[in-house]
Amino acid sequence: MADEFAAKLDTYLDGELPASEMKSIDIHVRGCSSCAADVLSRVQMKHAVQSAGKRYQPSPEFRQRIQRQIASRPRAWVSRAWMTVSAVLAILLIAGLLNSYIGRERLQQEQAFSELADLHVAALASPNPVDVASSDRHTVKPWFQGKIPFTFNLPELQNTEFTLVGGRISYLEQAPGAELIFQVRKHYISVFIFQEQAAPALRSGSGVRKHVSFNYQTWNEGGLRYIAISDTTGEDISKLAQMLKAAAKS
Amino acid sequence: MEVSSDRLTAAAFEELAMPLFDQLYNFAHWLTQERTEAEDLVQETYVKALRGLASFQPGTNFRAWMYRILRNTFLTSRTGLKAAATVPLDAEDAPEMPASSGTPESIFIEKSQRHLLQSAIEELPLHFREVLLLCEVEEMSYQEIADALAIPIGTVMSRLSRARKVLREVLQKKLGS
Repeated sequence: MADEFAAKLDTYLDGELPASEMKSIDIHVRGCSSCAADVLSRVQMKHAVQSAGKRYQPSPEFRQRIQRQIASRPRAWVSRAWMTVSAVLAILLIAGLLNSYIGRERLQQEQAFSELADLHVAALASPNPVDVASSDRHTVKPWFQGKIPFTFNLPELQNTEFTLVGGRISYLEQAPGAELIFQVRKHYISVFIFQEQAAPALRSGSGVRKHVSFNYQTWNEGGLRYIAISDTTGEDISKLAQMLKAAAKS
Repeated sequence: MEVSSDRLTAAAFEELAMPLFDQLYNFAHWLTQERTEAEDLVQETYVKALRGLASFQPGTNFRAWMYRILRNTFLTSRTGLKAAATVPLDAEDAPEMPASSGTPESIFIEKSQRHLLQSAIEELPLHFREVLLLCEVEEMSYQEIADALAIPIGTVMSRLSRARKVLREVLQKKLGS
């Protein structure tokens, strides 16, 4: 492998090369197994650094302190007349605010599901969709020890149409969680597990729903928020959800 | 995150700055390597940014501006002065070397030793650690990193390349020991 080519690989993977050079490297990598292996190891390293780098989280108390400090302060003196006007306006605006609150909740929920759909697609598009590749639940579950701040149970899938492909660390709103990938026939299902407080926007109703043509189902079990998302049928998702729920209770 | 309004108000600042809170804290903790110091650093950054709103140039990158304040504040702190003093004088002039494509990554991935990687990042000199974290964790573009660190884009590229090379060497050493 030429040295000058190797020097460009990191810049290529950072997406910072001009389009023409990106294309020529794409073509070269496809035909050169040595460079393809090098690209793969660099991608793995990028993912590992990204995951390891998201290490520290501020405490909620500290966040509140800063929030209070920078919050735009209301004027200290408000006249009685203004208070009356404000009260009337407040009453009149309540309906509007409620509407906008509900709208915002819905928007946040849409954004959260879009993010999860992106994570699901990005994982499947990756040359390395899982960090721990195993169909054995006793291999996949312990792999997460020390990597995420909670644990979970996986169902026995023998004699079912589902297979466990593996798992990887995922992040939602900067909170770490688990992404498990299952296969059913030719379809893949991502099951994300986060602590409930990490995903407040996802507290939606039960049953299988649809988002940008993906089917998804979300539920809470033991303080954890589960989200199953896939392009397979709602029935498949529902079956897998039932098995995960039963495993969580066992 | 480009801000195009003529003047940034305090309310707009809150809306733009609070979503950056977690990532600024993570970066601050990596720089200081101590929780209380990281909290002080983030707090000072927000206070300085709020006070210096007038100096923010509309149309420029707000996130890079916040990181620049945080980093400048860190560099003038006791820990920052100490860390910056360890930067080798010839670091900028050293030729850019392609990072080796040996096997430490694959061995590392197989072993999944996240803590080992974290301690290797901790060991990186400050000017390598910050550029690596901004690129890989914050997923900033080279231009954004150049803005945040107030260095030319060519320096971003050479530091990044050397940071990756040194990280691999540190990992190789750790895996060998």
